[in-house]
Amino acid sequence: MGEEDYYLELCERPVHFEKANPVNCVFFDEANKQVFAVRSGGATGVVVKGPDDRNPISFRMEDKGEVKCIKFSLENKILAVQRTSKTVDFSNFIPDSSQLEYTQECKTKNANILGFCWTSSTEIVFITDQGIEFYQVLPEKRNLKLLKSQNINVNWYMYCPEGSVILLSTTVLGNVLQPFYFRAGTMSKLPKFEIELPAAPKSTKLSLSERDIAMATIYGQLYVLFLRHHSRTSNSAGAEVVLYHLPREGACKKMHILKLNRTGKFALNVVDNLVVVHHQDTETSVIFDIRLRGEFDGSVTLHHPVLPARSIQPYQIPAAGTREWPCVGGRGSRSRPDIIISASQGYLWNLQVKLQPIVNLLPDKGRLMDFLLQRKECKMVILSVCSQMLTESDRATLPVIATVFDKLNQEYKKYLDAEQSYTMAMEAGQSRSGPLLRRPVRTQAVVDQSDMYTHVLSVFTEKKETPHKFVIAVLMEYIRSLNQFQITVQHYLHELVIRTLVQHSLFSTLHQFLQYHVLSDSKPLACLLLSLESFYPPAHQLSLDMLKRLSTANDEIVEVLLSKHQVLAALRFIQGIGGHDNISARKFLDAAKQTEDHMLFYTIFRFFEQRNQRLRGNPSFTPEHCEEHVAFFKQVFGDQALMRPTTF
Amino acid sequence: MAAAASGAGAGAAQEKQFPPALLSFFIYNPRFGPREGEEENKILFYYPNEVEKNEKIRNVGLCEAIVQFTRTFSPSKPAKSLHTQKNRQFFNEPEENFWMVMVVRNPIIEKQSKDGKPVVEYQEEELLDKVYSSVLQQCYSMYKLFNGTFLRAMEDGGVKLLKERLEKFFHRYLQTLHLQSCDLLDIFGGISFFPLDKMTYLKIQSFINRMEESLSIVKYTAFLYNDQLIWSGLEQDDMRILYKYLTTSLFPRHIEPELAGRDSPIRAEMPGNLQHYGRFLTGPLNLNDPEAKCRFPKIFVNTDDTYEALHLIVYKVTVVSRSTPTLDFCRRLDSIVGPQLTVLASDICEQFNINKRISGSEKEPQFKFIYFNHMNLAEKSTVHMRKTPSVSLTSVHPDLMKILGDINSDFTRVDEDEEIIVKAMSDYWVVGKKSDQRELYVILNQKNANLIEVNEEVKKLCATQFNNIFFLD
Repeated sequence: MGEEDYYLELCERPVHFEKANPVNCVFFDEANKQVFAVRSGGATGVVVKGPDDRNPISFRMEDKGEVKCIKFSLENKILAVQRTSKTVDFSNFIPDSSQLEYTQECKTKNANILGFCWTSSTEIVFITDQGIEFYQVLPEKRNLKLLKSQNINVNWYMYCPEGSVILLSTTVLGNVLQPFYFRAGTMSKLPKFEIELPAAPKSTKLSLSERDIAMATIYGQLYVLFLRHHSRTSNSAGAEVVLYHLPREGACKKMHILKLNRTGKFALNVVDNLVVVHHQDTETSVIFDIRLRGEFDGSVTLHHPVLPARSIQPYQIPAAGTREWPCVGGRGSRSRPDIIISASQGYLWNLQVKLQPIVNLLPDKGRLMDFLLQRKECKMVILSVCSQMLTESDRATLPVIATVFDKLNQEYKKYLDAEQSYTMAMEAGQSRSGPLLRRPVRTQAVVDQSDMYTHVLSVFTEKKETPHKFVIAVLMEYIRSLNQFQITVQHYLHELVIRTLVQHSLFSTLHQFLQYHVLSDSKPLACLLLSLESFYPPAHQLSLDMLKRLSTANDEIVEVLLSKHQVLAALRFIQGIGGHDNISARKFLDAAKQTEDHMLFYTIFRFFEQRNQRLRGNPSFTPEHCEEHVAFFKQVFGDQALMRPTTF
Repeated sequence: MAAAASGAGAGAAQEKQFPPALLSFFIYNPRFGPREGEEENKILFYYPNEVEKNEKIRNVGLCEAIVQFTRTFSPSKPAKSLHTQKNRQFFNEPEENFWMVMVVRNPIIEKQSKDGKPVVEYQEEELLDKVYSSVLQQCYSMYKLFNGTFLRAMEDGGVKLLKERLEKFFHRYLQTLHLQSCDLLDIFGGISFFPLDKMTYLKIQSFINRMEESLSIVKYTAFLYNDQLIWSGLEQDDMRILYKYLTTSLFPRHIEPELAGRDSPIRAEMPGNLQHYGRFLTGPLNLNDPEAKCRFPKIFVNTDDTYEALHLIVYKVTVVSRSTPTLDFCRRLDSIVGPQLTVLASDICEQFNINKRISGSEKEPQFKFIYFNHMNLAEKSTVHMRKTPSVSLTSVHPDLMKILGDINSDFTRVDEDEEIIVKAMSDYWVVGKKSDQRELYVILNQKNANLIEVNEEVKKLCATQFNNIFFLD
C-alpha cells in the first residue's frame, strides 16, 4: 500500500508519557485532554501533559492510598483526586492560595462515588451509584457548596465536555439513558430516552455496556453514538452505529444508522465531524459523514462508509524509530473524540484525516466535493481537485465540472449572504437586535473567485495542450455558476475570458458574449477592449458602448473620440450630456488642429468663442492658455475673423 | 418620385404596373474560350436555357466587353452595373475570372393611350444598384455554402462538374429570387438577434458546450429561437448566409406542426417522441424506423482558409457536424438534446413573453425603424412583417423603402457619421442616421411636424430603443 493510500494518520508529535506499570498509574481527562502519570500514588511525582501545552505540570502529593481518578478543573485551577469510594480530595493550584488539601464526602448515604467531572473551573459533579451531586468549589474557604442533587440509580456514566452533558445509565438493563446538562451553576435534566437493544434480553442483567456508547459533537449537534453489535437472530449483515440526536431542548431522536458491514470489536472516534470506526480484527478503519446523502427510510438515514476500509497510516515512534501499526480499540482504550491513547506504550495521539488520498478514492466528484467542503483544512485540496479535473489526462466532463462549480459557489454564496446580513445588521445598529451578532466565520470551504483564479483558472488557461474550446467552455461554466448564485463576477475573470478568446482569434464569440452582456461592463474591461482594436476593429465600438452604459465614463469617451480625431463627435457628445461648459478648449483645439482640416478647426474655435462669450462675457480664451491656437486661427483666417466681444 | 403611385385619379384606373423581373442570369469565364469559334465554352450557366446559342454568346461577349472597357477607367473597381432603358445588368466577379451577370427588367407602367393602344413606360430610376448587386452576391454565397467555390468544383471534376453543379443549384435557386420585394435588408444581409437575459443565455451556452462535448462530431452549433439567432459558433460571414437560408428557406418550408395546436391532425402524424418536442428538420424523420435515411445536406464554411465541408443537421436547433452522421448519432443527439432543449425553450419562451409585455405595454408607436450594425450584422426592423418563403412583406409603401435605399447609398459614399432627414409625400418623414458602424432609418408619420419636432422625436426613439449603445445624437 502506498503512502498516498492511507487517509487516516496519527499526529506527528504525540504526547509521550511514562507507560503504565504497577508503580505508575495513567489517567486521562477528556475535558482538558490531559494525561496524568501518577507514580507511587503521587509520592514520587505526578506529571500532567496535554496535547497543546509544551510544558508539562509536575508536582508531588502525599500517598494517601490508591488514586482512582484524578482531574484538573478547567484552566488547571483546582486538582481533584478520588482515592476512596466516598470522598474526593481537592487542592488549589491558584497562585498565592493555600495548597492544603480539603475533602468532600458524597452527600447520599451508603452511596459509592463512580467518578466526578469538572464542568467549569470551580464546579464539579459527583456521580454515585445512587445519583448525582453538583457542587461549587470555594477554593478560598477550602470547602464545597452543594448546588443541586438528584437521586437516581446509576449503572455507569459518561461525560461529554464539549456539550457539558452527563449521561447516566439507569434501570436494570442499563439501556435507559438520562442526560443532564450543566451551564453556569445550573443543572438541568433533559428527557431520558431508551436505547433499543439488538434483541430482547433474556436475563435481567445489565445489557448496555458503556463501552458501546459514546458522545460527540458532530456538525455542532450533540449525538449519542451506540455501537449495536450484530445479533444472531436478526438478519442484518453486520454491526452498526446508531446515532441519537440529543438536542438542548426536546426529546432525543434516533437519526442516523451507520452500516459497518462487519462484525467483531470496534472503536469509535469523531474527527473533523466524521465518525471513524476502527475494526480490531482487520486493523482497518472506515469513516462516515452524516451530511453526505444516505438512504432515508422515513425516520432514519442509513449511511455506508464514505471510502473503502484502510488502516491508519503506520507511524514511527520518534525515539525507537520503528514502524508500527497503532492498535486501537484494544482493552482499556475507551472511545474519545479524536484521541488515541496507548497506555502500554505511553503515547497519546490526535487522529487526523488526510484529505489528499481521498481525492483518488472517491471517484464521484460531486460526492467528493460534498465531503471536502465539510472538512476543516479543505481549501488547497479542493483547489487541487479543481485543477486536476481540468488537466488533459484526467479531464472531467462538463456536467461534472458544472456540478463541482455549483457546489463551491453555493458555499461561497452562503458566506457572502451571511456577511451581507451581518453588515446590514451592524449598520442598522446592534441595540435593537436581541442576540449578539457574530461576524460570520470564513471557513476554508469558502472558495472565492480570486482563489479559483489564482490557483486553478489562470494556470489552466495557460496550458498549451488543452483545446481552447474546452478552456472557454470551462470559463463560461464557472461564470454561469456564479451568475446562477447571483454572485457578482469579478472583472479579472472576464478579462481571462477575453484574453483566451483573443489568443485564439475567436472574435465573433467575444462579440456575442459582449452583446448579451455576459461579460459585465467595467472600465478595466472597456480599456482592454480599446487595446484590442488593432486586432479586431469592432472592439472600438464595443468599448464605446460599454463606456456609455457605465455612465460614469464620459471623460473616457471624450478621450477615445479625440484620439480618433472625431472632434466634432466628441463635442456633440459632451454637449449632449450637458458638460460642455466645463471642458478644456485647449484639448479640443489641439485635436482639431491635428486633423489638418481647417474648416473643422474653425468650427471648433468658433464654438468655444461663443461658449466663452456666454460664460465670461468675452470670447477670448484668456485663462485657458490657448495663445498658440489663437495665433494659428489668425494666421489661417485673419484677425478680423475673431469674434468681437459683444457690448451691451 | 412617389407621384406615379400616389397620383390617384381617373387615369390610374387604366394603368397596369409590372414589377421588376429577372430577364437572364449567366455565369462565364473568359479564359475558357479565348479563341474565336470557341466562345460557347466560356458559358458555364445560362438562364433561360432556351435562348438561342448565338444570343447567349452575344450577351456574354457584350458583358465581357463592357467590363474590359470600363476597367481602363477604374482598374481596381470594374463596372458593377449597366443601366439601360429597359433593363439593368449587374456584374460580379466572385472568384478570379468567374463572372456572374444578372439582368433585371425595369418596372413597367402600361398606359392606355388615347387611341386605345397600350403604351409601355419603363421606369429607369426605380431599381437600386446596391440592392440588386447584393442579391447577386448572395446568389454566389448561397451557391458556395452548399457547393464550395467554383474553383473547388474545377479541381474535383473539371468544367463538366462545375456546369453540373451550377445547373443543379441555380435551376432551383433562381425560382426563389423574388426581385420585386428586394430592399434595404438585402443590402445589409443582417441577422436578427433574440434579446435574452444573461442567465438564460449562459444556460444556453452551457447546454451547447455540453452537447458538443458529448457529440464530438459536432463542429459548430447555431442556436435560434423564433427565427432569431441567439448563438453561433460559425464565423460571421458563414452564419450570415446560413441564417438567410434557414430563415427564408428551410424554416418556412417546415411549418411547425406544434404550432398547429394540440388536437390538430398534423400533430397527430408527428412521428417519434412524446417526451419532448425535438425533431430533425434535416435528416431522418422517424428515429424509430431503422430504415430511415440519414442524409443531411452538406455545407461549406471557412472557404477562405481551412475550407471545411460539413453536414448540416437542423434539429430545431442548428447543428453542424464534420463526419457523416449515422442513425445512431441521430438517436443520441435526440436523446441528449431533445429533453434539455424542451426545457430551455420554455425558459426562452418566458423571456419572449416578458419582452412582448414590455414592448406591448406601450401604445402603437408613431414610427417604424430599421437598424443595422455592420460590426455584428445585427439587424432589427419594425418595418418588415414576418418573412415568408415567397415575399418579405413590408408595412410601408415601396416608395418609402426606396428612399431608405437612397439614403443608404449616400451613407456608403462617405466615411463620416451623418444624418439625413427627408420629407416624403403624404406626411411621412424619413430620417437616416449613421454613427460609426451603425445605421438607423426611421419612418415617422406625423402630420404637420416640422424639422425640429422630427429631430426631437428621433432623439426620443434613440433614448428608448438604443440607450445601451453609443449612438451619437
